[in-house]
Amino acid sequence: MALNLYYYASPATFYQLSGKLIPWFGWSAAILTVIGLYISFFMAPTDFQQGEAYRIIFIHVPAAWMSMFIYLVMAFWGAIGLAFKTRLSFMMSRALAPTGALFTFIALWTGALWGKPMWGAWWVWDARLTSELILLFLYIGIMALWAAIDDPQRGDRAGALLTLVGAINVPIIYFSVKWWNTLHQGASVSLTKAPSMAKIMLIGMLVMAIAAWLYTIAVALYRARTLILERERNTDWVKAQMEK
Amino acid sequence: MLNFLLTVIHRDLMLAGRRRGDWLTSQFFFVMVVSMFPLGIGPDPVTLKMIGPGVVWVSALLASLLSLPRLLAEDYRDGSLEQMLLVPHPPVLLALGKALAHWLIYGIPLLLISPILGVQFALPADAIAILMLSLLIGTPILSLLGSVGAALTLGLRGGGVLLTLLILPLYVPVLIFGAGAVDATLAGTGAESHLSLLGAILVLTLLVAPWIAAAALKVSIE
Repeated sequence: MALNLYYYASPATFYQLSGKLIPWFGWSAAILTVIGLYISFFMAPTDFQQGEAYRIIFIHVPAAWMSMFIYLVMAFWGAIGLAFKTRLSFMMSRALAPTGALFTFIALWTGALWGKPMWGAWWVWDARLTSELILLFLYIGIMALWAAIDDPQRGDRAGALLTLVGAINVPIIYFSVKWWNTLHQGASVSLTKAPSMAKIMLIGMLVMAIAAWLYTIAVALYRARTLILERERNTDWVKAQMEK
Repeated sequence: MLNFLLTVIHRDLMLAGRRRGDWLTSQFFFVMVVSMFPLGIGPDPVTLKMIGPGVVWVSALLASLLSLPRLLAEDYRDGSLEQMLLVPHPPVLLALGKALAHWLIYGIPLLLISPILGVQFALPADAIAILMLSLLIGTPILSLLGSVGAALTLGLRGGGVLLTLLILPLYVPVLIFGAGAVDATLAGTGAESHLSLLGAILVLTLLVAPWIAAAALKVSIE
């Protein structure tokens, strides 16, 4: 049986389907978060170099992963929307942006909290920190553009174009910041050497990462549903939905 | 096709020539912002030499951003932009022509003013030469990337500030390699690698930006 994607690309169908899926994603995110936090606080051993402070890694690393991944997914939906003129793709792109910005902020914030006991500074102009900061600026710019354009169709396409320009730029920004950093100051702080991690730590981190994924899917679907209702408010099916 | 490109550029140059006040505002903005830094930081030549390249480059970014809305806003308001999109030539040429015109009108003057500002910051002659060279390669990138932002924010409220939010993060690599080239000269390690990378970014931007700016123009005009 071939899966008919066009069928699910219709906002009305998607609205029904996502309504059924959100509780599943939401609850499994909640349960996995509890399991992940239990592993990270009670089962993972204390690090012999960093002591207890390293435990922030269980929030920090999944947040940093999500911040970059969500941007790519946004760019993907933007490209699909521009190519196929599917309304739902743009709505998914819009629905993902606030969560992406949130995770970028969390990654920066927990990074600062981690940096203080480890490096003795809240902030260093390390390549990763700097490019994460610029990623946050990109998210803010895209959301500001959406906020400034009242016409939804123009906003959708303008935002998608900007997301794509940003996606081309992200690797360039990353490498330029990296070279800038190594040219300016000796790499006093290296995050790139992965310490050989205890297996249980890795499992805790992965569980937290999956929880972050599921959470992102749940809230993005929820936001997309709100967008659908807002845009399709003059259609019969939304009116019927509201009367239920 | 080339004719059309030249017509677009020629038209913008002529318009800028008729409105010299507008044109000068942007150059004086550049000079004034740069001159504020010694007043805020202190006249010590060693410090000034250290921050000079970065200050000149950041101010060039801001001056470029300040003049960008003018690239399209006037034509949009009186409807001529719409007419120019209706001509039987690809809109890419229009976008490219507009970006090149912006560079000729606002980018080249920055380049010509920069030696004076370099002297203010106690930069030696070879560093000033590299500063000019880095601006020569870097300012077209600013105009090209900026034209995408100007096309996206066409006719929006708060256009100028919004444009800054959208485009400034994209300017980061240009700033790093542009100012880095001068820093490397000061440090005696040679600016070649920075300038080569800047050139690579210019080629890439020249290939991609006009297409996206043209698509953005179509989105904004509809």
